[in-house]
Amino acid sequence: MEELTEKLKKEIIEALNLEETNASDIDTDAPLFMEGLGLDSIDALELIVLLEKKYGLKIHAAKEGKKVLYSVKTMAEYIRKNNKG
Amino acid sequence: MLKTEAYINGAACISPQKTIDGGGFHIEISEVKDVSYMKCLEPVYKKYIDPMIARRMSRIVKMGIYAAKTCLEISGIENPDAVITGTGLGCIEDTEKFLSNMILNEEKLLNPTPFIQSTHNTIGSQISLFLKCHEYNSTYAHRGLSFESALLDGLLMLAEKSAENVLVGGVDEVTTNSLNIQKRFGHYKSDNIANLNFLENKSKGSIAGEGASFFLLSDKPASSTYAKIASFEMHSNSFNKETLKNNALLFIQNNNLDINDVDLVLLGINGDYRFNSLYDELANTIFKENVCTYFKHLCGEYSTATSFALWLSAMMIKNKTVPEYVRINKVPYGKLKNILICNNYRTISHSFILLKDAEL
Amino acid sequence: MSDKVFVTGIGIISAIGNDVSEVLKSIYLKKSGLGFSSYIDTIYKNEIPVAEVKLSNSELIEKISNHSSQLYTRTALLGLIAAKEAIKNAQIENISEARTGLISATSVGGMDRSEIFFKDFLADSRKGRLRNIIGHDCGDNTTKIADYFGISNYVTTVSTACSSSANSIMMGARLIKNNILDRVIVGGVDSLTAFTLNGFNSLMILDRQPCRPFDETRNGLNLGEGAGFLVIESERLLEKRNKKIYCEVKGYGNACDAYHQTASSPDGTGAKLAMTKALKVAQLSPADISYINAHGTGTPNNDLSEGKAIEDIFQESAPYFSSTKSFTGHTLGASGAIEAVLSILAMDNKLILPNLNFTTPMKELRIVPVIDLIENAEIKNILSNSFGFGGNNTSLIFSKC
Repeated sequence: MEELTEKLKKEIIEALNLEETNASDIDTDAPLFMEGLGLDSIDALELIVLLEKKYGLKIHAAKEGKKVLYSVKTMAEYIRKNNKG
Repeated sequence: MLKTEAYINGAACISPQKTIDGGGFHIEISEVKDVSYMKCLEPVYKKYIDPMIARRMSRIVKMGIYAAKTCLEISGIENPDAVITGTGLGCIEDTEKFLSNMILNEEKLLNPTPFIQSTHNTIGSQISLFLKCHEYNSTYAHRGLSFESALLDGLLMLAEKSAENVLVGGVDEVTTNSLNIQKRFGHYKSDNIANLNFLENKSKGSIAGEGASFFLLSDKPASSTYAKIASFEMHSNSFNKETLKNNALLFIQNNNLDINDVDLVLLGINGDYRFNSLYDELANTIFKENVCTYFKHLCGEYSTATSFALWLSAMMIKNKTVPEYVRINKVPYGKLKNILICNNYRTISHSFILLKDAEL
Repeated sequence: MSDKVFVTGIGIISAIGNDVSEVLKSIYLKKSGLGFSSYIDTIYKNEIPVAEVKLSNSELIEKISNHSSQLYTRTALLGLIAAKEAIKNAQIENISEARTGLISATSVGGMDRSEIFFKDFLADSRKGRLRNIIGHDCGDNTTKIADYFGISNYVTTVSTACSSSANSIMMGARLIKNNILDRVIVGGVDSLTAFTLNGFNSLMILDRQPCRPFDETRNGLNLGEGAGFLVIESERLLEKRNKKIYCEVKGYGNACDAYHQTASSPDGTGAKLAMTKALKVAQLSPADISYINAHGTGTPNNDLSEGKAIEDIFQESAPYFSSTKSFTGHTLGASGAIEAVLSILAMDNKLILPNLNFTTPMKELRIVPVIDLIENAEIKNILSNSFGFGGNNTSLIFSKC
């Protein structure tokens, strides 16, 4: 799980062009949106693309996306649960 | 023709020369040899734009915001009553990115960010978003008259008294693809030449350029005033030597001036030898006793290059100086009370701007 | 200052009709133009509903019968057809008899051909037919129209995403009021492209079903294409001309939401500002508005934001309102002008236009859109909204004379 969350953090940084952020700056459990990293709706869409590109997991609706993308932890759990990548 | 009383109270320009951040006027002209295109010397955006905000912005958007913010700082106005932008080709980098992704990935798994940033009004909107400005916002994208259209809108707002301070700008960028395409059309030189030689060079095409120039126009002068825009005219038909001459003369006359009242003429010669004769005619006939200058060797040719010309003219009036590097002839200069800008975009469209010293 | 500005001609081509009379017929029949695309080269052809003009490029070229139009983009063809109708409708015999300008608008210009060019060009930068990229920029359709009619006083193109052609109309009115022009042909055009289809798809705001503006179950927008143009003229000019007038362009307002690049603010700040400004210019109060043609795209975000803004401004006197995007789709840069034409048709024929596909009220709103076509309605003033990406919000007011 550790490995996955670390990998994810790096992928998030790359996908969202967070040049000034390091993986160590991102708290695994903290909310990604509103607080924490303060991401917005466009970032959510980019993360949905990331999940499909890198892990083959398709999110179909905004509501589903909200739950999965809550934090790095929830993203990692979703990936592990659906374990396609 | 629109007669106005609009004061340029702030001006900032990002260009292929060191024109931003203290580079200002006494610029060391970068002579670029074997230049494929004249690329902007970009500032460190972090000064104004937080990396979290900058992260999804393309160059053109960052250049626009930075130039706009610098201009506002100079003018002392934090929030203008309008933000009006002109851009010929808009955000082509992001347009190409999304288009390429769409084609290469066969319409699957597409990142939305470049699409969102591809609309022509992204630059102007991001400026208003950056300033949290809820006022009037518009973007014009009409080839060589894009900046002129934005300028007209801004001047109109002042004339209507629906605004006291309007931010008006012209922005365009070059990408490798757009350069290649335009070279194939013969718009730009196929061989790389040195920009400072283009008056002598006998080849077809101009040198591609880009830039972001913003102006804070007000209905009243201020301590930061550069100059006054007294009159402005745009033409969407192409001119030949005769009609250009006649229209320039008419413009001067309609402003109750004689040719010798025009202290300096700034001509849009773009180095394409097929069209040099247009302005050669002006420089060698009606304006042969006026100080004649040119500017596209500094900024290159692009849809909104008039905005660079306006910046340069405003700087010359404010500093009461005509730098050697813009001179075409050796007519000595004295006062700079009236400057006439005559520009065209690839001879298709023309504009005249009369700039006056605000003090006199 | 301030001469009045009147509409003397209208022209339109859209998914619900290739000219004004066809469009009016579709309105009476409550017939939507939504369906699957026949012409876009996309894998989503039979999956994502769009509102496409029911003519191929060859058929559009035939309508213009001008041999150089063979090389025009679909955008230029649509624009020219609608502009032609408007100018004919305005019975202008000699365009240079008055100071005449042209302001068109578009969001993606000639992208319908550019994307064809780019396919070949990407593989090899020496490939791709130049004829397919020459009409790429926003100013291309405008220049074609200007050249066709010999308009040269003032020609330009607005590009502010979905509010583009509403801004053209506003700028045209201002040029007349400031005595710079006597007459302006104003409007806009956009054609369907794989670029925009994929773009909006990547934003996950396209509905796979016909859109349901202001409905609780709404799930996104449907893209459309088309062109709309108005001929607007000054009071001064009309004193000499004696032409039938459709209505007055009485009010206009533009404001920036400045909230987010694509999302509208939850309380509809930009929308409220634009509508308020338009009312102020028109010197009208909210209670004077008979009908609102809403932007109403059918996205969860827009309809909530706009709905709240309407409630805030109109309070207890909210008039009839509807979105006609379930007829025409969201025609992007053309939407302001197309919806202006629909609003003017409504006023001229005493109709309140229905909001198709509506069944369930939004729980956040008190107001509900009109679902029936109401005839013999007394319409004094219509407010038309167009809100674009980048928070560019424009409202126009058309008034009966």
